[in-house]
Amino acid sequence: MSAARVGVVTFPGTLDDQDAARAVRLAGAEAVPLWHADHDLKGVDAVFLPGGFSYGDYLRCGAISRFSPLMTELIPAAQAGLPVLGTCNGFQILCEAHLLPGALTRNEGLHYICRDQRIRVENTRTAWTADFAEGQEIVLPIKHGEGRYVADAETLATLEGEGRVVFRYAGGNPNGSLNDIAGITNEAGNIVGLMPHPEHAVEELTGAPSVDGRGFFTSILKRLVNA
Amino acid sequence: MARVIVDVMLKPEILDPQGQAIARALPRLGFSGVSGVRQGKRFELELDGPADEAALSDVRKMAETLLANTVIEDFTIRVEG
Repeated sequence: MSAARVGVVTFPGTLDDQDAARAVRLAGAEAVPLWHADHDLKGVDAVFLPGGFSYGDYLRCGAISRFSPLMTELIPAAQAGLPVLGTCNGFQILCEAHLLPGALTRNEGLHYICRDQRIRVENTRTAWTADFAEGQEIVLPIKHGEGRYVADAETLATLEGEGRVVFRYAGGNPNGSLNDIAGITNEAGNIVGLMPHPEHAVEELTGAPSVDGRGFFTSILKRLVNA
Repeated sequence: MARVIVDVMLKPEILDPQGQAIARALPRLGFSGVSGVRQGKRFELELDGPADEAALSDVRKMAETLLANTVIEDFTIRVEG
């Protein structure tokens, strides 16, 4: 079987693209570097938007990245069904691009939080979570200053009613996110955004709290190979 | 030549922890009588031409597209001077 090709986007200020590419390769896929200034998705089968501080988080996190040349290609492709995973700054970019509803704002306690966090998987029907069990608790690192998920009451009710809250913080809400929301998906389930970092939890060697992050990559691989 | 000011504020229902932290700092510095603080952003746009209707309509588009995230923020536009 030919390897699935997963694009990993680098913006100026992206930090986690190397870990993301490594996680993609560990799962058996080909990691394809995508550059923010190119109008080229290089024919990839899925895209990973990694974390960091793209464009220095100027204006708002993700506000400038969202207008980059690569994003003008990625937005219609994602709307047409291309699987996209955004973690941390990637999640912020997906919200700024209106590919996911709501927004991520300054943590309730104002502190930047860096710790291992328990997370409950609530939706296993997305392109990126099929290998988990519903209700399963996993442990992933979180590291962010602006991760408090907010949306208006109507949007929240829609997300909850349609089962589009994919991840919820367990054992304490670190940042004040509404309804303990750690990650959500779009209506079609191909776009997923979350604040925690699966790409930092794929190898014990790196001091990761778990290898639970592998599930994201095995999920998308099975989806692509069976497609 | 005109200067247009765009003020961006978090919507009233969105928690503003930075404003709260400032409000808590004021009494420690000896200032009293402030019951709440909300923090926002101010943009000063220098226009090449006059702030006519067409220019202000463009500024509104800029504010909606980039300067503010209307999911969480409101904005106001005014011409200075």
